[in-house]
Amino acid sequence: MSTTLASAPRRTFPRWFRDKGWRHLVGVATSVFAVFPLLYVLSAALNSTGTLAGSASLFSQISGDNFAKLFGNEQRPFGRWFVNTMVVGLITSAASVFLGALAAYAFSRMRFTGRRAGLLSLLLLQMFPQLLAVVAIFLLLSGIGEIIPALGLGSQLGLIMVYLGGALGVNTYLMYGFFNTVPQSLDEAAKLDGASHAQIFFGIILRLVTPILAVVGLLTFIGISSEFVIASVVLTDPNNQTLAVGLYSFVANQRTEDWGVFAAGAVLAALPVMALFLFLQRYIVSGLSAGSVKG
Amino acid sequence: MPPTAKSALEAMPDGGAQQPGARQPAPPRPRRVLAARRRGPDSWKGTLAKIILLGLVDAVAVYVLTALFLSQSWAVLAIAALVTVAINWIYLRPGGLPAKYLAPGVLFLLVFQVFVVVFSGYIAFTNYGDGHNGSKDDAISSILTSSQKRVPDSPAYRTTVLEKGGSYYLLVTKPDGEAQLGTTESKLEDATGAVKDSTGKAKELPGYRTLTFQEIVAHQKDVLGLVVPLSDDPAAGTLRTQDGSNAYVFRSNMVYDKAADTLTDTDTGTVYRDSGQGDFVSDNGEKLATGWKIDVGFKNFVTAFTDPELRGPLLSVTLWTFTFAVVSVLLCFALGLFLAITFNRGDLKGKKVYRIIMILPYAFPAFLSGLVWAGLLNPEFGFINNALLGGADIGWLTDPVLAKISVLVVNLWLGFPYMFLVCTGALQSLPEDVDEAARMDGASAWRIFRSIKLPLLLVSVAPLLISSFAFNFNNFNVIYMLTSGGPRFEDTTRDIGATDILITLVYKSAFGVGTGRDYGLASALAIVIFIIVAAISAISFKQTKALEDVN
Repeated sequence: MSTTLASAPRRTFPRWFRDKGWRHLVGVATSVFAVFPLLYVLSAALNSTGTLAGSASLFSQISGDNFAKLFGNEQRPFGRWFVNTMVVGLITSAASVFLGALAAYAFSRMRFTGRRAGLLSLLLLQMFPQLLAVVAIFLLLSGIGEIIPALGLGSQLGLIMVYLGGALGVNTYLMYGFFNTVPQSLDEAAKLDGASHAQIFFGIILRLVTPILAVVGLLTFIGISSEFVIASVVLTDPNNQTLAVGLYSFVANQRTEDWGVFAAGAVLAALPVMALFLFLQRYIVSGLSAGSVKG
Repeated sequence: MPPTAKSALEAMPDGGAQQPGARQPAPPRPRRVLAARRRGPDSWKGTLAKIILLGLVDAVAVYVLTALFLSQSWAVLAIAALVTVAINWIYLRPGGLPAKYLAPGVLFLLVFQVFVVVFSGYIAFTNYGDGHNGSKDDAISSILTSSQKRVPDSPAYRTTVLEKGGSYYLLVTKPDGEAQLGTTESKLEDATGAVKDSTGKAKELPGYRTLTFQEIVAHQKDVLGLVVPLSDDPAAGTLRTQDGSNAYVFRSNMVYDKAADTLTDTDTGTVYRDSGQGDFVSDNGEKLATGWKIDVGFKNFVTAFTDPELRGPLLSVTLWTFTFAVVSVLLCFALGLFLAITFNRGDLKGKKVYRIIMILPYAFPAFLSGLVWAGLLNPEFGFINNALLGGADIGWLTDPVLAKISVLVVNLWLGFPYMFLVCTGALQSLPEDVDEAARMDGASAWRIFRSIKLPLLLVSVAPLLISSFAFNFNNFNVIYMLTSGGPRFEDTTRDIGATDILITLVYKSAFGVGTGRDYGLASALAIVIFIIVAAISAISFKQTKALEDVN
């Protein structure tokens, strides 16, 4: 607080407090609330005691034991989970952004019968989260797996297809709104110059909305990398699992014993997502409010 | 795929077909013709990409169709064939541009979003679940195999375990010295060319590899799992081995009478009849564990609302689901708005730092937050009780009321940054002049907020509050990771607890550990959630007039 006190020149303390000081008080209190659990995980990850009961104060010791254990555990292959999450997340977000953009282009630029009905159904569909149908998804995939094992239960490809179906409604509707903000006159001009519909789509529209595509892709990625319900049902083999399913298994049965190792895994799993998020904070925030205010 | 490639080429518009008359006002013509003519020429790259992609899709389709044909799933085969034809038609015909852009997305949406919902609706009306997984025939043959016992006077079949292509076989020497070979899927057949050792026991067969004792031990589970039918008639029994060197005849003590549709236990003489509920039940009410899937009508819904084991807990869960969602939204919004107002001062130092720190919980993966807080709040070993409160014994997650409060606080931690960001944005976009005018009229700061800023703010934020409510209504991760729904209710044997919301109940009914899987009941509960969500969306659509924006 010493720095904040110094920032109030030529004023009495009560007046400064009523005007600004309380704001700092609120800020500090909220920051403590926000950051305390995160500091706690970091401290637990660096504490070699490893159990939940381990330490009575934060950062009482710093060691890398938990990280070494995390990567040495063959039954719970953290490295593979990490790679799996990246693969599933990246493929899903890239594919769903692309498919969503295709559909949004059609809705935004073309007039055809069933367009309004299509948009309305998209709007309705995105209200129902996919996890409600988790039982049906499980049974559907187990049925598919009997005919095509590569797409059935336990396969990441099957999971990606499921996620694609779930992400499309939201993404298409979000992108439809943004595509509408690109002036039609641009495509008209290109059309007169002899550009094909594909050239207009890839060459003009997609380039103009690239930042939006990035944001939608990133939000999808963050969503997918946190998804637990469907992933836990589809991916049964530890080697196939994603971080959400794998890390849960660390603490599901004996919540206290592997705590340090779990914390180390949590720190590593969270770092890339948080870094991305803070790095692109500005875009995400604008995308969030603009997109959802529209929906 | 030569035919595909050829017709794809034919479908391409003739090169350089940009209509010279495109600049002139177009004569009134049917729309489709116009659209087709207006298309510019596709580049050779585009054409090539189209041919390759469609070829790949067709190749996969052929594989899938073959697999479907081999597994004799005729209905699915017909649908898959139709879809394949439709895809080719969409991409090979000239014109019909919207369909070309919409088809891939719509396909995934239809299968994994629309179909699964309809399928849930169907499952809700069946008894699908543990013990009711397949058809009646599957159930009968499964009962016959699982109730097998070793025939007391069975002769010993001297046995060698063979391996070929990763599967295991039993090479047995019958008591009369004849060598036969069989495995779980194929019945015992004469093994011609088997090599015998000095005692007359068949030990090798050309084309197969004989397993050593060590290998048998290493693959014990597979070897013990071998159940070789003696003949096509299941009543004849099977051969099994316990040590890999001798096999004995096992025979079912159940006999299925096809005409009477009954199963009879030959040991006890008990007769089990089809109860009409997808089970075989004896006269004194004893039920066989393996049943089959049947349609049960509204039974699952009736169970949910009348079964005393379920009715009370389900009511509490539904109430708590609404409470949780409403209170979460209000708390997050209140805190977010308060913070947004607090920091909505251009000249406040350190504003950016506060902002970044406050976004951190939002950036932290949600599933981890629940797990981390579960550790923090753990009554026995958790940091809060042990370190902050000096060894206090407060049941943050084990006391029903405290657990609910904990869940709300954790969800506040997760959700307030979002509301903070949203409210900040909304506040900054409010017009300044209204504010000034009110101040000129002598309104107090509270009055300005209450009567001017808040109503204006709510207009832009209301849709977000509704979608936030819908999200929290199904906020599985926080609940499941933090408490798994616990602490459990004491008035029921089912795994239902004080912090369970409807969606965690669905998950636990279908995939719960310890209790049997009941897909039918889980789907029935999911349908109930669907109806609630649909009602809420209908109301919110009416309120926000979002539908009018679609044009």
